[in-house]
Amino acid sequence: MRFAVIQFGGTNCDHDTRHAVRDVCGIDCDLVWFKERLGERYDAIILPGGFSYGDYLRSGGIAARTPIVHEVVSLAAKGKLVLGICNGAQILAESGLVPGVFTVNAYPKFICRPQLLRVENTDSPFTTRFSPGEVVRIPIAHHDGRYVAPGGELERITRDHRVAFRYCDPTGNLSPDSNPNGSEEHIAGLLGAGGNVLAMMPHPERASEELLGSEDGKRIFLSMADWIGKNR
Amino acid sequence: MNYQVRITVALKKGMLDPEANAISQALANIGFETESLKIARQFTVTYEAGDGADAERKATAMCERILANPVIHTYTVEVL
Repeated sequence: MRFAVIQFGGTNCDHDTRHAVRDVCGIDCDLVWFKERLGERYDAIILPGGFSYGDYLRSGGIAARTPIVHEVVSLAAKGKLVLGICNGAQILAESGLVPGVFTVNAYPKFICRPQLLRVENTDSPFTTRFSPGEVVRIPIAHHDGRYVAPGGELERITRDHRVAFRYCDPTGNLSPDSNPNGSEEHIAGLLGAGGNVLAMMPHPERASEELLGSEDGKRIFLSMADWIGKNR
Repeated sequence: MNYQVRITVALKKGMLDPEANAISQALANIGFETESLKIARQFTVTYEAGDGADAERKATAMCERILANPVIHTYTVEVL
């Protein structure tokens, strides 16, 4: 089993993500520069956090139109697992692998802090190691994290169980104070139409070791490995 | 021949614009009360096209494919 972590100019969570996948979870993992090609050798592709292309035009807007992301779109269509974290989530939204857009926070400042999330879907390849409704702690670090769904699609996204995580308070309630960026319906992470793509603003690689205050993020990478082990 | 085209991309009506709100507040702080304030981004692009209609079609394609995000943006194209 082998994961790929894609690097663009401006990506800055690539090494942390590979560390969490390879050194913490024990999964083989390569860093892949965006000018290279993925081919068929990877079981999962991760688009990590950072500021690809300096967030020029729109966050993720330019990276989403590179040949390697076109390749990611093709691999996703074949059922490969694709995880986008923070800037990676913005790229997945810009590429159309998940609907909607992550845009400037309702209060327009960069937020970097621990964050509680309620797990909404435990059937996806990314979330089988969680319990339904469980409250987990995975930090956020973004300026453009406010999720906006395409007009009229929010209801369908919810009905199809494509919301993976919502921002919540310690008891799992969706109070206004627990929504850090003004995302529609507190959406912190959502799945693509086939269920094999997850775009999430929180950073699981920053919550994969006890030393960092939470190991909840690790369960996303391990869920992916479980799923690949059963389905390859 | 070369055509110069002005493309303006703005948020759709009703979309929250926190940056515009912050700028509006800053204007108020120095004595300029405003009823509303909207931000748009303008691209002035020069390229080869068969005629004005072709230049406009190309600009529209640029907007649809990258310059605007249809979830949140509207755009206008003006062949100069």
